Amino acid sequence: MQQLTNEIRAIARKLLREKKVEVVIGFERGSMPLRSRPCFIRKEEEVNRLFWDGFCENALAVYLPKRKERAAIVAKGCDSRAVVELIKEKQVQRDRVILIGVPCRGMVDRSRIESSAAPRRILEMREIEDTLILRGTDFEETLKRSEFLHESCKTCTHPNPVLHDVLVSEWLEEKNEDPFADIQTFDALTAEERWDYLNKEVDKCIRCYACRNACPLCYCPECFVDASLPQWIGKSIDSSDTMIFHLMRAYHLAGRCVSCGACERACPVGVDIRKLNRKLVKDVKDLFGYEAGLNLEQTSPLATFRPDDTESFIVNP
Amino acid sequence: MIPGGYGLPPSSKILKKDRLPSFLERLLEERIVFAPVRRGEVILIREIHAPSEVVLEYENAKESPKSIFFPEREPLFRYRTEKGKVEVDIPPGRERSRVVFGIRPCDARGLLLLDKVLGGEYRDPYYFDKRAETLVVSLACDHPNPSCFCLSMGGGPCSPEGSDLLLLDLSDGYLAEAVSERGAALLEDPAFEKSDEESLAVAKKIKRESEVSMKPVAMKENLEEHLERVFDDPVWKDLTETCLGCGICTYLCPTCYCFDLCDEAAGSSGERIRVWDSCQFPLFTQQASGLNPRPTAKERFRQRIMHKFSYLPKSQAMLGCVGCGRCVTECPVNLDIREVVKSLSGGNGG
Ligand code: SF4
Ligand code: SF4
Ligand code: SF4
Ligand code: SF4
Repeated sequence: MQQLTNEIRAIARKLLREKKVEVVIGFERGSMPLRSRPCFIRKEEEVNRLFWDGFCENALAVYLPKRKERAAIVAKGCDSRAVVELIKEKQVQRDRVILIGVPCRGMVDRSRIESSAAPRRILEMREIEDTLILRGTDFEETLKRSEFLHESCKTCTHPNPVLHDVLVSEWLEEKNEDPFADIQTFDALTAEERWDYLNKEVDKCIRCYACRNACPLCYCPECFVDASLPQWIGKSIDSSDTMIFHLMRAYHLAGRCVSCGACERACPVGVDIRKLNRKLVKDVKDLFGYEAGLNLEQTSPLATFRPDDTESFIVNP
Repeated sequence: MIPGGYGLPPSSKILKKDRLPSFLERLLEERIVFAPVRRGEVILIREIHAPSEVVLEYENAKESPKSIFFPEREPLFRYRTEKGKVEVDIPPGRERSRVVFGIRPCDARGLLLLDKVLGGEYRDPYYFDKRAETLVVSLACDHPNPSCFCLSMGGGPCSPEGSDLLLLDLSDGYLAEAVSERGAALLEDPAFEKSDEESLAVAKKIKRESEVSMKPVAMKENLEEHLERVFDDPVWKDLTETCLGCGICTYLCPTCYCFDLCDEAAGSSGERIRVWDSCQFPLFTQQASGLNPRPTAKERFRQRIMHKFSYLPKSQAMLGCVGCGRCVTECPVNLDIREVVKSLSGGNGG
């Protein structure tokens, strides 16, 4: 980890010194064990704040749209896909962003670590290769990092940045396992069971909108939930309104969601937001052969019109 | 009298852990009982129907208990218009009294701030209808979290403020300290035994150790005045740049009380409801003209800090933060309010 941190710092220093960018968006150490957090570096003498470990979970691309400065961004696989999608959607100009690509071994889910250590409290954590060494007042324990990854990281098929200007460290081997096993299980349920499941999840929601705000692809200047003329949906946590929020958001992200998992990680109450988004990711892949944010060339399904579209969902054949 | 106003010198008894279920059973016979329960991965304060649901080995509930008094969605009245006449139905008040059992001292203390803000000259009947009839039994913290800082905010891990009865875990039982008359009445239950000198001494030691284990937050004296002076300081921009503008820090906070009023109507009838709102949302200050006096996350975050550390101390003589640490642990970008306060106290700018 130290090596990656050093490489990121060196790159940032060079970019700022040569005035290639005005700001470097990366991660710094957080205020508590098991936390790293976004940071903005504008001065060469501040690059040593930059840091890299298995807790750099935020989707930094969320900070790019509307940014006037020329920016460099530390980008994991998913972050790079979000940037690609944002470039395609004209929210980011390719020549005003520099991607510092970091092949990613998956980010660690701190809540899993905390529950495995509970009721003991973790006061310090060190990460060395695939091990996490936890220390509390009266214990020390070593955990295997790869066993505590976020859901989105466990099923990630693109750990390497799909687009980068500079690369930190080495290319990782990409997994080939079926990333949609969980969605197949979900699909196998009856419609009623699926509805019950989603209702149960959505019932937890407090409508803090952290999922939407953490999402790099949710950048609308006015979200449909905030519109007041007309007001599309009710403001309370009545489950019909909350459900509409989640269903509409999922549809608005169909063919755009890059499976970064930022939404579900931000959620304070553990709503399984992923089910809906992943279901649509899978459908878009199955129906249109499209995966969001993999390259700058392929046209998004939502921007595609084909007169010979089969429309098999309406007519046969 | 507002519950938790200290009408009585502390008197204490012991509640052995094996007698707790019988005590809760009797509470359930008379009252609606809210207590910490496990829901999936998280602990929440919810209505219980059996003592076995209660989880007392916990750090703190994910959501603050404020929703018991100040729900996320509260119907204020129903209305119907017919032939130019308007009929209004106000929901009836609470029929059964309630008890909130096992919440943490920071959250109990947070209720005192809500009492001040929602009380006073324009007393909020919906809030006090629930508040007045609800007993608060809290559970002192013997091992505060690294994210807790109640002591620096004027409370403490074993603070009785805001509670009617305060429990402290002595391992085989709880020392129960009556804080109000209503709390003292609870001690009449047969589940409680007399306390002895030894238990009191152990309790004192636990309290001291718990307080010592907390890291203090460096806060400037007269911060409320200082903040007014640094209102336009560029430091706010640096402090808030990573903020996503979500509602987590305010919705989970035991002392945030901002709300919105809206109508849910169909045809000629409907309901006026009160729902939580957050100063972190752009819509909170968006004006009909299109102008937004708090246009970016910077102004919105500043409002949150000013309100908690300057406006409330001035208007209510109480900080708007009880140091529960929820916003610290749950903020998706780890924007730590303790660091913000420290940095603003450091005299940069101003
Ligand atoms: S919907 Fe969630 S997983 Fe998809 S891009 Fe947005 S934050 Fe990432
Ligand atoms: S982050 Fe979670 S609680 Fe907040 S709006 Fe999204 S799903 Fe609901
Ligand atoms: S400080 Fe954190 S929790 Fe609060 S609005 Fe900003 S991102 Fe959300
Ligand atoms: S501001 Fe944060 S720490 Fe303070 S009471 Fe509110 S949620 Fe708790």
